[in-house]
Amino acid sequence: MLRRIVVVGNGMVGHKFLETLRSRTSDYELTVIAEEPCLAYDRVRLSAFFEQPRPDLSLGTYQQYQAWGVRVINAKATGIDRERRVVQAEDLEVGYDILVLATGSYPFVPPIEGRDLQGCFTYRTLEDLTRIEAWARHSRKGVVIGGGLLGLEAAGALLKLGLETHVVELASHLMPLQLDELGGRLLRRKLEAMGIGVHVSKSTQRIEARGDRVAALRFADGSSLEADLVIFSAGIRPRDELARQSGLKVGERGGIVIDEHCRTSDPHIYAIGECALYQGRIYGLVAPGYEMARVLAEHLTGGERTFSGADLSTKLKLLGVEVGSFGDAFAQTPGAREVLYSDFGKGVYKKLVLSEEGRRLLGGILVGDASDYANLHNLTLNAVELDNPEHLLIPPVEGRAMRASLPMTARVCSCENVTKGAICEAIRSGCRDIASLKKATRAGTGCGGCVAMMGDVLKEELLRLGEKVSDHLCEHFPYSRRELFDIVRVRGYKTFEALLRDYGKGYGCEVCKPAVASILASLYNEHVLEEAHVPLQDTNDRFLANMQRDGTYSVVPRIPGGEITPDKLIAIGQVAKKYGLYTKITGGQRVDLFGARLEQLPHIWADLIAAGFESGHAYGKALRTVKSCVGDTWCRYGVQDSVGLAIRLENRYKGLRAPHKIKMAVSGCTRECAEAQSKDVGVIATERGWNLYVCGNGGMKPRHADLLAADLDEETLVRYIDRFLMFYIRTADRLQRTSVWLEKLEGGLEYLREVIVEDKLGLAAELEAQMAHHIQTYRCEWKATLESPEKLKHFRHFINSDAPDDNIVMVEQRGQHRPAYDFERETLPLPLATGVKP
Amino acid sequence: MKWVRVCRMEDILPGLGVCALVEGRQVAIFRVGQRLFALSNFDPFTRANVLSRGLVGSKGERLYVASPLLKHRFDLESGEYLDDPSVRVPVYAVKLEEGDVWVGVPVSEAAKVGT
Repeated sequence: MLRRIVVVGNGMVGHKFLETLRSRTSDYELTVIAEEPCLAYDRVRLSAFFEQPRPDLSLGTYQQYQAWGVRVINAKATGIDRERRVVQAEDLEVGYDILVLATGSYPFVPPIEGRDLQGCFTYRTLEDLTRIEAWARHSRKGVVIGGGLLGLEAAGALLKLGLETHVVELASHLMPLQLDELGGRLLRRKLEAMGIGVHVSKSTQRIEARGDRVAALRFADGSSLEADLVIFSAGIRPRDELARQSGLKVGERGGIVIDEHCRTSDPHIYAIGECALYQGRIYGLVAPGYEMARVLAEHLTGGERTFSGADLSTKLKLLGVEVGSFGDAFAQTPGAREVLYSDFGKGVYKKLVLSEEGRRLLGGILVGDASDYANLHNLTLNAVELDNPEHLLIPPVEGRAMRASLPMTARVCSCENVTKGAICEAIRSGCRDIASLKKATRAGTGCGGCVAMMGDVLKEELLRLGEKVSDHLCEHFPYSRRELFDIVRVRGYKTFEALLRDYGKGYGCEVCKPAVASILASLYNEHVLEEAHVPLQDTNDRFLANMQRDGTYSVVPRIPGGEITPDKLIAIGQVAKKYGLYTKITGGQRVDLFGARLEQLPHIWADLIAAGFESGHAYGKALRTVKSCVGDTWCRYGVQDSVGLAIRLENRYKGLRAPHKIKMAVSGCTRECAEAQSKDVGVIATERGWNLYVCGNGGMKPRHADLLAADLDEETLVRYIDRFLMFYIRTADRLQRTSVWLEKLEGGLEYLREVIVEDKLGLAAELEAQMAHHIQTYRCEWKATLESPEKLKHFRHFINSDAPDDNIVMVEQRGQHRPAYDFERETLPLPLATGVKP
Repeated sequence: MKWVRVCRMEDILPGLGVCALVEGRQVAIFRVGQRLFALSNFDPFTRANVLSRGLVGSKGERLYVASPLLKHRFDLESGEYLDDPSVRVPVYAVKLEEGDVWVGVPVSEAAKVGT
């Protein structure tokens, strides 16, 4: 019989233990007793709960647990019978051979009068946050008691909820465990600038009530502060009650005593995470908890690893302010010297703590700019000998701070404890990008703060190996997209199959199929749902709509230039109402309709087309919109008809498929209200014509567009845009926006101007002809689909039933519908994890 | 095992998948040339019933479907998630008889995919 491990607690550390153990062995029978009604989630990112869209914080899924063979009991563990080796969980008894306590901690609430009033909360669980969110709806003013790391997280949450926010701290400055007086003062200034009230050196004596609700805080110095909502964040206490009841050894001030193997005073019971006390110390951070989880998993599978305390350095972004604190931040090492750099005007404070002889970095504090944290922290951990450590604060010459190449033993990822050596090893054994490095080493999968550094190590190591990164599309085609485009164009390939047969191998994949589909569409403009093309189409093109997280779709009709008649606006509203769709105005001046089920799409489009709409191609790597300001049609500053030009451009290029999406805009004067300089193609009116800007981008990496040509008449303008778009389509990499394309283009803007304006390559006529072909062959894809019974066949959820997908669950929000989050579903679906192939 | 007839072979275009409702379960059926594969339609990572709408690809000799949502890849034969074999989606028996596609599901468990 397999030995039975029972884990009490399913927080981050309990989850990490199960994950690590299962990656090493399938030898144990595993049971987890979880008190919260869901599986482990990312408590470190708890405040993200209040962001929109609400992110999925879950770490474990029932599916995965089932795959690991972990039995989940959603109940509170109430006792341990060590004699019989049984855990009581409400009315259940669960036998164990090995018991792991990962019960975590609870927020400490000081024993003051009024702490139980309505409107008082703690900040630890999803349930806490749900209750805070509900109470905040009827509150104006929120106060957080405790100005530490968690307290400031909570303050950020109150700010996001729209409350007037205050923080009360007992010490003389904020974050007293991480920051010194000066750093704390700068942080305070920054928070105050955001509108947060900061009250330091305040001891809360009692909470005053209005009826049974919170009304105000009364402080020891006699002053008071009104409040409708109070969050206690005054530290944590280990949850050791099970251990106490069953007579395990606990610390004087709480915490289950463990040794270097995480073993408690009972050799069959272990404790990990915030409930454990190692050498008189509780570790209230996730990294040491993860380390304990790994130590225990190794110990139970014959490994040698032991726990020997942990580094408490932290770097985080609180309310947008970067804060870092590492090593001996308070200069407690005998003889330690402090070097400061402080500029409150710029909002930066940095302190380095140096060893007595001034050659080694011992620790430091960073507020306002922690971009050097990883470098400094590493120099500290590895005791790297430095010639002029003060140059780390102020470089001797213009330019970057000095960056010593890290030794191989340097720890790059603290969460997962991965060294530079381990990362280089993974690179040498084949990893060539961050994703594969993450998978191979797990570095960067915790807080993610080291990902940039991983990139540096990757670059450095590849350079050392003298390697060029391959530009092959995927394992099926040893060509770049640009090369494939030329092959298809010159050889006249019309199908993926023929191209694969002659130039590729294997069956194709989700990378090369859509890439080739896009090339074929750019060149021949055949319908993407033709039988030969439909198996190649990526998620959104496959059903001509944008798939959302629950498998429903959103629909965007084209509204050229953002100009729309009242009747058409009403028609959109009527369609949305008829099908119960969530509506949202997009950034591209149109309307997005969400929540359409697959089988509804043809009906919705029949209605939209009857009202005069066409496909908006929001689903395609294609021209999206041409945004416009109202121009001289109405505006008293306008010098040209920007709306009219935008409509003509949008109708000219609609349906044009490209390596990535294309956005355009036209502004009617130099005030640039259409934000044309953030678009792939931007046009700005002048007194004498139009200025053409290209290769701008908003999005992930904003880039201002460059002026390609000035004061053009409309005919020339259009000719240049034709050439520019086709040249981009021919030569860009897969999923490369024009901004990145230009940066990689040899010769840069000057070369582009030579090709487009001066026709240096003699390509202009060919590029224009290709565009003319596209324009002539344009058809509304949805109209063509509705006319084809063959194509319409795809638009149903079940091939053998008209039933809808019953996994789609909507809830109401602000008068509309949106997909339910997992925790809002009454019962979580428990699909079978492993099937048997007969 | 209970066999259920779900559609004709020609209802599934080569290289594509369809979803069938079989005894309360959502089964994604894929056709590669003349070969058929059946696995659960439920993507365990995004918790949505969408796998039948994914792209079919190959990695070396293995055929897989890439989920249309976040492109997690599942082996068409074993249901294994390619990047972590400890995660698997259920696979089902599937056969072709006189042009009809049949799916076989275990009879004992009445478990249903989705809520």
